[in-house]
Amino acid sequence: MNPSTLVRHACAGLVACAMQPIAALAATPADLQASYGALSRMPSVPDKGQQLFTSRHGREWSCSSCHGELPTQAGKHAATGKPIAPLAPAFNPDRFADAAKTEKWFRRNCNDVMGRECTAAEKADVIAWLRTLR
Amino acid sequence: MNGRRSLHRHVCAAALLALSHAAFADDDRRGPGVTLLPKYKQECSACHVAFAPGMLPADSWRRQLDGLAHHYGSDASLDTATVNELAAWLSANAGAGKHMHEAPPDDRITRSAWFIRKHDEVPGAAWKGPAVKSAANCAACHTQADQGDFNEHAVRIPR
Repeated sequence: MNPSTLVRHACAGLVACAMQPIAALAATPADLQASYGALSRMPSVPDKGQQLFTSRHGREWSCSSCHGELPTQAGKHAATGKPIAPLAPAFNPDRFADAAKTEKWFRRNCNDVMGRECTAAEKADVIAWLRTLR
Repeated sequence: MNGRRSLHRHVCAAALLALSHAAFADDDRRGPGVTLLPKYKQECSACHVAFAPGMLPADSWRRQLDGLAHHYGSDASLDTATVNELAAWLSANAGAGKHMHEAPPDDRITRSAWFIRKHDEVPGAAWKGPAVKSAANCAACHTQADQGDFNEHAVRIPR
């Protein structure tokens, strides 16, 4: 790549970054746990969240297969090998900071791990456990 | 060894290399040359490197987007508005030209004829190392892959 092309791409990159919306639907992990908890009408239990996270549910993967047993550190995608930033919110402020993003990933990943979507109670339990990791 | 013949061979090799680089530059331009749509980068590089849109023909991209709920063994589903936005951009920037006449088997970049040809010097064992795992893990060897740069000078095969 010649230098002028490089400069052009760098500029385009900067413009693209500047156009990113500032966190739509900002939330905190506590907010999200509370909303799922309210939907389920059950108290959330961190231990149940940990159990859900680390077991395979009779299938190929657990949440830990990609996020690690203790997701305070980076994990690694079980199929592609791509690094995955820590999931525990105390170790990564981007986690559970956006309601739509949280819903999207629960939908996909519960499907991959358990072959079904997670219930509101299960989501609240998982967030409750992740919030205990400090 | 005859000095002149050896020189001739080197010149030819250099010319061939230059030619293949010129041909390659055409491919590589599809990588770093296309500024990735921020939405595409955000949604499609969470699990794997953001593959350059020029690496697959439009038909393959369309099938990828139609089948996101069953994406090579993973649920990669997205909302309809996002799918439509990605579809328009991928279709406008999809691969064209002689490498793209036919969709690769299973719409996999790694099964494209050009991909196989370009990696024919990579020993079989190199693909299976724990740091690589999958041929889709471009960044394991292409150290600048996350910036769309697949130039072979930046390749480091992990041992």
